[in-house]
Amino acid sequence: MEFHSDTPGKKEAIAMREKAIATSKNKPRHFAFSPRCFYGELMHSAVKIVTLLVLLMAHPSLSYAEESADSSRPISWFDTGKISFALLTFGVCATVIICTELARRGKPFYVRPIAGLLAMEEAVGRATEMGKPILFVPGIEDIKEIDTVAGLMVLSSVAKMAAEYDTPLEVPTSRALVMTAAREAVQAAALAAGRPDYYNEDRIYYVTDEQFGYVASVCGWMYREKPAACFFLGKFFAESLFLAEAGNAVGAIQIAGTAETTQLPFFVAACDYTLLGEELFAASAYLSGEPAQLGMLKGQDFGKLAAIILVLAGCVLATWDSISPRGKNTEGQNMPRRSQWITDTVLKGG
Amino acid sequence: MSKTVPVLIASLVGCLMIVAYFSPPLLPARQIAEDWFTIVATIAMLLGGANLCLHHVKKISDQEAGWGFSAVTLLSFFITIAVGILKVGVVPESEQQVKFAWSGPFQQEGSGFWWIYQYLFSPIVSTMFALLAFYVASAAFRAFRAKNVEAILLLVTALIVLVGQTRDREITSMFLPPPAEGVPTFIPIAFVTNFIRETFVTAGQRAIMIGIALGVVATSLRILLGLDRSYLGGDE
Repeated sequence: MEFHSDTPGKKEAIAMREKAIATSKNKPRHFAFSPRCFYGELMHSAVKIVTLLVLLMAHPSLSYAEESADSSRPISWFDTGKISFALLTFGVCATVIICTELARRGKPFYVRPIAGLLAMEEAVGRATEMGKPILFVPGIEDIKEIDTVAGLMVLSSVAKMAAEYDTPLEVPTSRALVMTAAREAVQAAALAAGRPDYYNEDRIYYVTDEQFGYVASVCGWMYREKPAACFFLGKFFAESLFLAEAGNAVGAIQIAGTAETTQLPFFVAACDYTLLGEELFAASAYLSGEPAQLGMLKGQDFGKLAAIILVLAGCVLATWDSISPRGKNTEGQNMPRRSQWITDTVLKGG
Repeated sequence: MSKTVPVLIASLVGCLMIVAYFSPPLLPARQIAEDWFTIVATIAMLLGGANLCLHHVKKISDQEAGWGFSAVTLLSFFITIAVGILKVGVVPESEQQVKFAWSGPFQQEGSGFWWIYQYLFSPIVSTMFALLAFYVASAAFRAFRAKNVEAILLLVTALIVLVGQTRDREITSMFLPPPAEGVPTFIPIAFVTNFIRETFVTAGQRAIMIGIALGVVATSLRILLGLDRSYLGGDE
């Protein structure tokens, strides 16, 4: 609200404004995250986090601090050996946050199409047409693994599509915490799709923590129910090929994604679409279509640029070392290779 | 509020983990956070056990397809729990211990729980794992069909790597002159296999791993800043 000196009802308006300010000061402030007031929330959460960190640091159970105090040694709050890695981490994080903010302000960013993600709606549609269920496996690890969290983020999008088409979605989990999170995600997706009745918690259940017990249960379900679409997104180990081959045998369209490089070949061989490594982490942002999240993907690209520069610098230095070795120092010892500057200084602590 | 508190906890613990990596005095706090996770996960195990029972009881009562397997699962579940908790077959390990079966460890060799693990669980898991060989063969058969130039390259590379790791690889050195005494036999296909694995495979894997690392950073930031809360059920 703007106030000008020549406004006829200036006094009243000022009085109203002061009253409004006083009322807002007395009102309890509700803390809520919303992308609309990003900086305010960021500051608010940062203050809380810093306060809690300080409280934790002051906690007497921190034995390291106690030992340091006893020995009257100054406490080193920062491991200086990791300074270059800390700077790299900070740089990558800062780039990602800057790109997010630019995207929020309306700067358009191009994000390359990912075939596996484009095929998700096709897979759900196919299951709807065939009148068969969809299977979603969020990996076999606990929710503390980032791959599992990425899988659950995609589950939210898949569940929303499935709810819109009213196609049954089966989510067997191998960890109880993942089951709880998956239920929350599917319930919210059903609500977002305007179909709260779609949510059926009996379809999201815990099987077992045991790797092959889980495989036996899921494969058995696949052979009995013959799902039309299978999603394997999360952390997988030896069970990846069991699941993918079972899905292939029942003729399901399969979309898989994992950050486990050793399991990627199995998924590539047995599934229709595979999200390779980083694509799994980009999936949620890509499917959400929110500018802020797409901006984060662009921020990753700058990180890749930094990695390319470091790789090229390493190659140049290694080639230089092989063409002209550095020889020996005055004490007769071999001088360190030039490329060691990258590994021992720039990437130290990583 | 039901979503704000978990997001705050996730942000706090996530920041603590990052800061503790660079700040040694915070390492005990990081350990505390990890202990909290273990406690929460243990409590969730009870939830998982209860859910397992309810799920299979429902399947049996509804006579769904495969309900017989549910019956076997429940039976095995309760028998294993009973044998473990009651420490069936456990004996005190030394004279100093109280002479009751309860004083010995439940996983003791010769106990009922040990027997179930050794003679039921372990063979079943080994059998499942052995099946992997057939699945690999089936997947390889489809993947290595020489449909185009890329598939032919893949097929040839796979054959080289496969033969290079078997005993038959020594056939490739039969046509070479015998090595001097004390010098190991040069096996060409083993050399090519190592070259492929150490150069092409490692380079490809590292490229993927760099992408994964950056993806992890971006995803973690989305979670720490509360931008993406779909894993918790989205916005309120």
